[in-house]
Amino acid sequence: MTLVYDWLVGPFADFAFMRRALVACLALALGSGPVGVFLVLRRMSLIGDTMAHSVLPGAAVGFMISGLSLPAMSLGGFLAGLAVALVSGLVSRLTAQKEDASFASFFMISLALGVLLVSTHGNSIDLMHVLFGSILGVDDGSLLLMAAVTAVSLIVFALIFRGLVAECFDPTFLRTLKGQGGAYHTIFLVLVVLNMVAGFQALGTLMAVGLMMLPAIGARFWVGQVWSLIGLATLVAFCAGYIGLVLSFRFDWPSGPAIVLTAGLFYLLSLFFGRRDSLLIHFLRRSHLRS
Amino acid sequence: MQPMIALQDLTLAYDRHPAVHHLSGAFAKGSLTAVIGPNGAGKSSLLQALAGLKKPAEGKMLFDGIARHDVSYLPQYQAIDETFPISVLDVIQMGHWHRVGPFRAINKALHQQSHAALSSVGLDGFADRAFGSLSVGQRQRVLFARLMVADSRLILLDEPFTAIDTRTTKDLLRLVERWHGEGRTIIAVLHDFEQVRRHFPQALLMARELVAWGATPTVLTSENLLAARAMSEAWDVDADICRGAA
Repeated sequence: MTLVYDWLVGPFADFAFMRRALVACLALALGSGPVGVFLVLRRMSLIGDTMAHSVLPGAAVGFMISGLSLPAMSLGGFLAGLAVALVSGLVSRLTAQKEDASFASFFMISLALGVLLVSTHGNSIDLMHVLFGSILGVDDGSLLLMAAVTAVSLIVFALIFRGLVAECFDPTFLRTLKGQGGAYHTIFLVLVVLNMVAGFQALGTLMAVGLMMLPAIGARFWVGQVWSLIGLATLVAFCAGYIGLVLSFRFDWPSGPAIVLTAGLFYLLSLFFGRRDSLLIHFLRRSHLRS
Repeated sequence: MQPMIALQDLTLAYDRHPAVHHLSGAFAKGSLTAVIGPNGAGKSSLLQALAGLKKPAEGKMLFDGIARHDVSYLPQYQAIDETFPISVLDVIQMGHWHRVGPFRAINKALHQQSHAALSSVGLDGFADRAFGSLSVGQRQRVLFARLMVADSRLILLDEPFTAIDTRTTKDLLRLVERWHGEGRTIIAVLHDFEQVRRHFPQALLMARELVAWGATPTVLTSENLLAARAMSEAWDVDADICRGAA
């Protein structure tokens, strides 16, 4: 019994930094759940990844101006991510280019610029910090930032939910009624960037997307409604955060990869044993046909 | 005849290549019109323009007393994401959008309307099914139920019966006739001439330019159809030159 306690509760009871990390995971999970689910539903799973990379030069500029300061780096990252998202959206609306092609172009420019800036004005440790984050180093300031971002995105999601669902399912429907449908898409992109920035302090720009996408994609093997997908994805993201933290504490692993790998394990289990459309279901159906 | 939509020298462009040339005429209030013509004749472009999704490159469309929410447009099937996790009832409830907007609740009366629409397309008991799990014909029935809930005065249908089974087509045609009886204005892009002759009193035959427009028997003559085909074969050579310019 004490062993179980030592493993599952002990680290959080004994160490304030672990408690903060756990609260950070809760905040990130609440924001990442809906963002990830809608990214999957809009067929933008990979675009989340490109946006995470485009945050980098902004964070680097913030770093150059005011050192390792979270507000400056977050603001810079937010502006850079937003610029890439909006310019890509604009280009794909004005030209015949597909949105993912525009995203790919602008994110590569942004990423290369970011790496150049970090390596000429910082050092490789800073670069590692931005790319991979450090959830165990989350302080009160960044915790507040994450909580604020989560609160804002949950409220905004509640406000745009109906329109976002309608627009994802049948884009021409709202355009016929209102003459525009782009507003929901733009608001959604802003939320994606916001949550990306909230996640990068804790998990780094690369890993933050993992906590968004893996639970959301895995959830589709279990449930089949938008609200239940969001609920399950959020729950899984938080559990992955918790388990990842315990593992990283016990085995002295870096916390970001431990959390994302836990989420990855959930995805793989869902892929094989999920209730809907999983490999197991396909296998069972085939044997059913044979008999 | 009271015109609901008057087209004056309407020209629509796609990538700066004209898709519809100098189209003039009027859709009467309460009319039921089939838009026909060879592939690439600009039929879908015309419907998109009427739905407000495409701006005229030249000319005008004059709507008499119709606001944006009075128009319903059913695009060709591919426009919808069939894998989206949404229930049949929720798809139909989208038809209430102009009443409830993005925030207001859908009350009991509106709920009942949705269920009534569902049973009038013959899908009683399908409310909670996932839209993506339905057959192509059943999906089209659901979208017709959504049109019914939207209660629009102008209904635009782009090839509504393509790849749809005969029984569903028959049921949905009956709905179209019912809407016509209720005084709604309906414009449908169609391919099946027999269907047009039997169910659509008005026809508009086009091949980028207007070939004929009026009562269906006077439009669907062999001379007109031949002319339309000849015009369609002539395009490819110099499609980007506006020869019809006055």
